Amino acid sequence: MATITTEGVSHVANLARLEFNEEETKDFTEQLARILDYIGKLNELDTDDVPPTSHIHPLHNITKPDVVKTSLPRDAVLSNAPEPEEGYFSVPRVIDTE
Amino acid sequence: MSLYELTAHELHDKLKAREITAVKLTESVYERIEEVEPQVKGYLTLTKEIALEQAGAADAGFQNGNEMSPLAGIPIAIKDVICTKNVRTTCASKILSNFVPPYDATVMTKLHQQGAVMIGKTNMDEFAMGSSTENSAYQLTHNPWDLETIPGGSSGGSAAVVSADTAICSLGSDTGGSIRQPAALCGVVGMKPTYGRVSRYGLVAFASSLDQIGPFTKDVTDCALILNAICGKDEMDSTSVDIPVPDFTQSLINDVKGLKVGVPKEYFAEGLDTEVADCVHAAIGEFEKLGASVEEISLPHTDYAIATYYIIAPAEASANLARYDGVRYGYRTEEPADLINMYKKTRSEGFGEEVKRRIMLGTFALSAGYQDAYYRKAQKARTLIKSDFDAAFEKVDVIATPTSPTPAFKIGERTADPLQMYLCDVMTTPASHSGLPGISVPCGLVKSGLPVGLQLLTAPFDEETLLRVAYTFEQNTDHHLQKPAI
Repeated sequence: MATITTEGVSHVANLARLEFNEEETKDFTEQLARILDYIGKLNELDTDDVPPTSHIHPLHNITKPDVVKTSLPRDAVLSNAPEPEEGYFSVPRVIDTE
Repeated sequence: MSLYELTAHELHDKLKAREITAVKLTESVYERIEEVEPQVKGYLTLTKEIALEQAGAADAGFQNGNEMSPLAGIPIAIKDVICTKNVRTTCASKILSNFVPPYDATVMTKLHQQGAVMIGKTNMDEFAMGSSTENSAYQLTHNPWDLETIPGGSSGGSAAVVSADTAICSLGSDTGGSIRQPAALCGVVGMKPTYGRVSRYGLVAFASSLDQIGPFTKDVTDCALILNAICGKDEMDSTSVDIPVPDFTQSLINDVKGLKVGVPKEYFAEGLDTEVADCVHAAIGEFEKLGASVEEISLPHTDYAIATYYIIAPAEASANLARYDGVRYGYRTEEPADLINMYKKTRSEGFGEEVKRRIMLGTFALSAGYQDAYYRKAQKARTLIKSDFDAAFEKVDVIATPTSPTPAFKIGERTADPLQMYLCDVMTTPASHSGLPGISVPCGLVKSGLPVGLQLLTAPFDEETLLRVAYTFEQNTDHHLQKPAI
């Protein structure tokens, strides 16, 4: 298994939508490298013919009748929104005006 | 004896006989909270007004001579990872500091139907990530047996409040041991039901293939009563399993004759505290005296459970926690430059260090080029760990181990090294991978006066054998009657 570099940490942070300063990046690199080194012990296992377990019970697609039911009222859904606007969630502008 | 010291089933008898009222009982618990909560700090939110209203409703039912549930009027604390309608639910995170759920988790709906009384919301490791409750963004919880030590985690608050008698019982959640380990460290009963037994609807998701809600109680009888209330298929959680829920009080049988108890040698390896080992061996000897047969078994992949867990749980967490983006609920950063910057600043300011560490670990394990080497590999190791248990339960009815390799450790002792903290979960994660039901029951004290937990595990959906074995142990010993001096 590979180890992780500060560049790797910055790349993963971007994927996870997190940002760190230089010192935090250095700390995370050291900690993650140590944890990944420990996790490397899984390489001792021969798993070539072992099926993966993603879930403990054998689940298949679960469907339910397509029936309209009452959902939460809009006010309740928006009650926790940081900046609700006219019945919508709002976010910073994502499209340039020009 | 004060009312707050009693168990739910003892209190139910008194309520039913109209010797006491639920309002008096609730007030007794809040008086106890005033007395010891400043030292224990198990609660993030107290809900006294709601509690007294619920207690009043229960009293009205008792007065009218209605058929009342065993939990009616019983004060229960709720881990702050379970959504409670109109009551702030923070997950002990800054990012949810202002989150007030507009709906109840299914377990809360069920408890309300039973007439239970909600005392408050308990402290925990942020998003249930931790083994000591030191990762709370708000406060440290102290172990009632020794205030200098941690209560375990992640459900440290829920364990501590039952131990300190500031709740009669509580709910927690267990992903890799977060009910069983704090129960052991605080000297109370804690149970993780089989994955799929209890609806996860309204349980804020950490690792969805592992998370399960379960009770903390003062004895095994109360544990059965809470299971009766919260188990069952729920159409709001497609992973809840549609199999009959027995009346678990029927499993409270004081008899283990003829049962086979397996003792996995891998759990008694290096790193296990010798005094903990002594207590657990004595407990196992008790089963032999009571007519069970004890045999050594092997679960050969035990040593890989932590490595497997710290891939699978963070991978699932990194996906689950993507929802905290400052748009629909929770904290949002001030004056972001643009949308991506808002996501990054919101998350970096809102999450604590351990949560970020796990999101990073999980995102890495799922990222292009590494998924097969880490996530896929861990899923295969999970199969091997589960196969160990499948084979063991061909031979034995129940497995007995220590719950935690050590008693409670000092606050701050392990925070500098995340890996050391992860190794706390060595006894509990294997059963989590396999979806097994597990219970921790008190089995003695070490010389310094801290409690030790005995972990019992059975095959999936065999909570009945699990309760029977735990109940028999409790009926023939008095470890569960020992209380901290607080």
